[in-house]
Amino acid sequence: MLLIVCPYCGKRPEVEFTYGGQAHLVRPAKPAELDDQTWAEFLYMRANTKGIYAERWRHARGCGRFFNALRDTTTDHFIATYKSGEPQPQTGAAAGRPS
Amino acid sequence: MNGRTASGGRIDRAQPLRFSFDGQWYEGFAGDTLASGLLANGVHLVGRSFKYHRPRGILAAGSEEPNALVTVRRDAARVTPNLRATQVELYDGLQAISQNRWPSLRRDFGRVNDLLAPFFPAGFYYKTFMWPKKAWHSLYEPVIRRAAGLGEAPTLADPDRYAQRYAHCDVLVVGAGPAGIAAALAAADSGARVMLCDEQPEFGGTLLGDDSAQIDGTAGLEWVARATATLRGNPRVTLLSRTTAFGYFPHNFIGLNERLTEHLAAPSPGRQRERLWQVRARAVVLATGAIERPLVFPGNDRPGIMLAGAAQTYLNRYGVRVGNRAVIVTAADAAYQAALDLHAAGVVIAAVADVRANPTGALPDAARRAGIDVLPSSTVLGTDGALRVSRISLGRVENGAVRSAPAFNCDVVLMSGGFTPSVHLFSQSRGKLAWNDALQSFVPGESAENERSAGACRGVFDLADVVADGTAAGAAASPEPSRPTRLVVQHTVRADAGFLGALPSTTPPPKHRAFVDWQHDVTTKDLALATREGFQSIEHVKRYTTTGMATDQGKTSNLNAMAIVAQKLDIPIPKVGLTMFRMPYTPVTFGSFAGISRGDLFDPLRITPTHEWAVAKGAVFENVGLWKRARYFPRPGEDMHAAVARECLAVRNACGIFDASTLGKIEVVGADAAEFMNRLYINNWTNLGVGRSRYGILCRDDGFIYDDGVVARTATDRFHVTTTTGGAPRVLAMMEDYRQTEWPELKVWLTSTTEQWAVIAVQGPQARAVLEPLIDIDISAATMPHMSVARGMICGVPMLLFRVSFSGELGFEVNVPADYGAAVWEAIHAAGQAHGMVEYGTEAMHVLRAEKGYIIVGQDTDGTVTPDDAGLTWAIGKTKSEFVGKRSLDRASMKAPNRKQIVGLRTRDPRLVLEEGAQIAAKAGQTPPMELIGHVTSSYASAVLGHSIALAVVAGGRARMGQTLYVPMPDGDLEVEVTSPVFYDPTGARING
Repeated sequence: MLLIVCPYCGKRPEVEFTYGGQAHLVRPAKPAELDDQTWAEFLYMRANTKGIYAERWRHARGCGRFFNALRDTTTDHFIATYKSGEPQPQTGAAAGRPS
Repeated sequence: MNGRTASGGRIDRAQPLRFSFDGQWYEGFAGDTLASGLLANGVHLVGRSFKYHRPRGILAAGSEEPNALVTVRRDAARVTPNLRATQVELYDGLQAISQNRWPSLRRDFGRVNDLLAPFFPAGFYYKTFMWPKKAWHSLYEPVIRRAAGLGEAPTLADPDRYAQRYAHCDVLVVGAGPAGIAAALAAADSGARVMLCDEQPEFGGTLLGDDSAQIDGTAGLEWVARATATLRGNPRVTLLSRTTAFGYFPHNFIGLNERLTEHLAAPSPGRQRERLWQVRARAVVLATGAIERPLVFPGNDRPGIMLAGAAQTYLNRYGVRVGNRAVIVTAADAAYQAALDLHAAGVVIAAVADVRANPTGALPDAARRAGIDVLPSSTVLGTDGALRVSRISLGRVENGAVRSAPAFNCDVVLMSGGFTPSVHLFSQSRGKLAWNDALQSFVPGESAENERSAGACRGVFDLADVVADGTAAGAAASPEPSRPTRLVVQHTVRADAGFLGALPSTTPPPKHRAFVDWQHDVTTKDLALATREGFQSIEHVKRYTTTGMATDQGKTSNLNAMAIVAQKLDIPIPKVGLTMFRMPYTPVTFGSFAGISRGDLFDPLRITPTHEWAVAKGAVFENVGLWKRARYFPRPGEDMHAAVARECLAVRNACGIFDASTLGKIEVVGADAAEFMNRLYINNWTNLGVGRSRYGILCRDDGFIYDDGVVARTATDRFHVTTTTGGAPRVLAMMEDYRQTEWPELKVWLTSTTEQWAVIAVQGPQARAVLEPLIDIDISAATMPHMSVARGMICGVPMLLFRVSFSGELGFEVNVPADYGAAVWEAIHAAGQAHGMVEYGTEAMHVLRAEKGYIIVGQDTDGTVTPDDAGLTWAIGKTKSEFVGKRSLDRASMKAPNRKQIVGLRTRDPRLVLEEGAQIAAKAGQTPPMELIGHVTSSYASAVLGHSIALAVVAGGRARMGQTLYVPMPDGDLEVEVTSPVFYDPTGARING
């Protein structure tokens, strides 16, 4: 079971969280102005990254807040978690063993 | 024949025990395992092999045992199959039974499989039993399953209790051999919180079977006792024996299975049988040791052929001579210590056949000095003996050619191919394994977790190095670095390298098969066949031959199998690669995983405020999600059909009372509450006045219906949103998602109030008359029209009253705080008796709503139904430029006239109730594959209409009114007519009454 650091509550076990898919997708402000293809891209197309992936989690059985995380999909290790609305942290040497 | 020595060992000779195997009673001692007890009585034959039903004996002395799988039976309900006899501790009266044989172990009918072996090569089930296709389920699979087998599952429910426990520690040490104990001492010395676990009943690991070394100035086991006492005296240390670390999960989460009562003759009733530990460790030290590797030679699977280290353990730890006359076949020095120990105990060592050309060093020299015949450059050409080995034929390798050499009579053959580091848990932790050429082994490379391996499990074999390695690992794993004292070790240095793969043999190869995987009966020929047939990846070879896939996970076989594949493919072993090790390390009982989650505690149970009342009324319940809901209230002599018909008619003709408390409820509050609802739901909310409600529909952004429910505006800035019973959590999650991540600027707050409100639906022409005397507000048709909401008091309790109907009749839903629910329910029910009121359940509720064509999201919709498909276009807020799902609904294909639309169906035969889920065809008399245009979603007998009704989704359904369609069933087509989904009171006169 993973340990996930909720930016609001701290380190908690995975069972307290629900997964929210790819992060930093912005819902278009005026969907009506988009053509079908662009709308479909927003609705359905998601990255399937091998490596560091920015994704959303929700501390559903805790504070209830959504937040974002950087996770290495090859190791399941979290590199960073951060609040919604904050920019994605730069990664580099950050990927490493969990403490 | 008694193999017990006169003295020695860690058994308690003052405590004799009786135990039975296949009905035959034997004597053993406290401290014995079933395996050592049987061997002491000269019993080697303990099982039949999985596929060929070959007689098999005890190969090992520990958890790696592949052959000696037995069933232990305490009573009819306490039957545990597939236990390794080497791990079953004897208690007085223990009854064990052999497996996979009929009628008996000695005369097993299934041994015919061995003669038919040419027909069962690797992958035989992919090739042989393919035709005819139908025979697989009815004939081949059941027969194969019976013939190829393990023990049988118990037939009665497990009466015992199993506990589960979470734990945290600084350092978890797995394995309490010399490395693990040293690590635990070092970590505990630095003040760390330490857990030390070992699968065996006592600590000591290899020292339990070979106590020739001195550690810290005392005998090895004396050191173990002292260290254990020190650790036990430290309150920050937890010691767990009989505890297997079976799984290594991400972020240093380790599963431990502790067996609490298996070793007891009479566990006190109610005592927990096993405990599942879920440990989160800051750091982990793996000190899991190494497993002796068998040698692969023709006829290497006869009873009496076992690992040299196992024989040494049986002698030194259990005081058991495994035979009288032994031949030792080895590729490693360790077996010489076994030879010396057995020789000293009076076992005749006929010869030590060493695979190596020039065995030298302290141990081989000591063996020669003891007068033991050492034969270098040896190999094995075959063995004899039906139920026990009686003879071994050796060969000699000269200049690359194999010549025959003398044969020896013997009653045991002891083999050692060297030691394989136990990297199972390391591999489970996703650490990278590295090939060590000098050791000819995979050893832990880069760790993926905060983990260290110490001792033999990382290829450190010399005892002094092992202890030092454990000390260093324990110190390094501690949060506070320390400088532990180095323990002085005195011992005989061994230079163990070992041998991988199959021993050299003659060409053409001998008739006897050479087994690689004992438990799954995989031979060198099977592996050769797999490579010949083009399997190159070890993962494919593994699955094709099933090597390493048995319950022992290939503990004794994997490395030999890889070496044979490498040799056949002519590539280096690391190129073959290693298969993934999976949890569990050894099998874990279902009881341990289930813990207390069984019976009434299997799942949480949600009950409504009127539950006890409904139970007392004799209601029949159904599960809706986790809720228990009253389905119908049968009266004496009534079946479900009669009860539901009576309940429905009462609602239509008088009135009924129904517990709707399970409805999801979400309070949406804030200055922007209306704006939030506008953006989310398809309806318009800005024009909904306070004190009014509206049927709301929620779509996802893909345009399909996600949930529905009545939404009331109870204040300018406050909405009381109801959801479907099952949909409440996901609707709240979706609302939170948009609120937090898309529209964080909106001033709106969401609160789940599902369990705060009891909801009592009072439905029917008499509903108003029943409620009026109980409440303090005017609910006349003029003051309180359909879809209005008001606050008031009922029976002195604050109430939120909805004039709303899911039945099509005049209806109210009385919302009161949940704690008052039962009292208010009973008051309304009592008042209603004068008006012909009946209580009704979910089944009648379903019929009533279907008569009115009201959909149930998830029953009549399936995630591909748009509001228009459901005939709900009227609900869409026409003036809104945007809501969730709108852009998708504007796509041309979402407006196509031939989309599946919800319609009503009437059967030609009015008594016939269609099957829900039945398919619908436009043309009659089709045979598969048919052209199908929809399916039945809801179907009931309608008492008030006197005929059956159904809702269905049908392609272009609304344009098919009056058409005849066909529901193809096994006995032929059923004719149906397409109708409006509103079967009853289409004008809505009753609802506005």
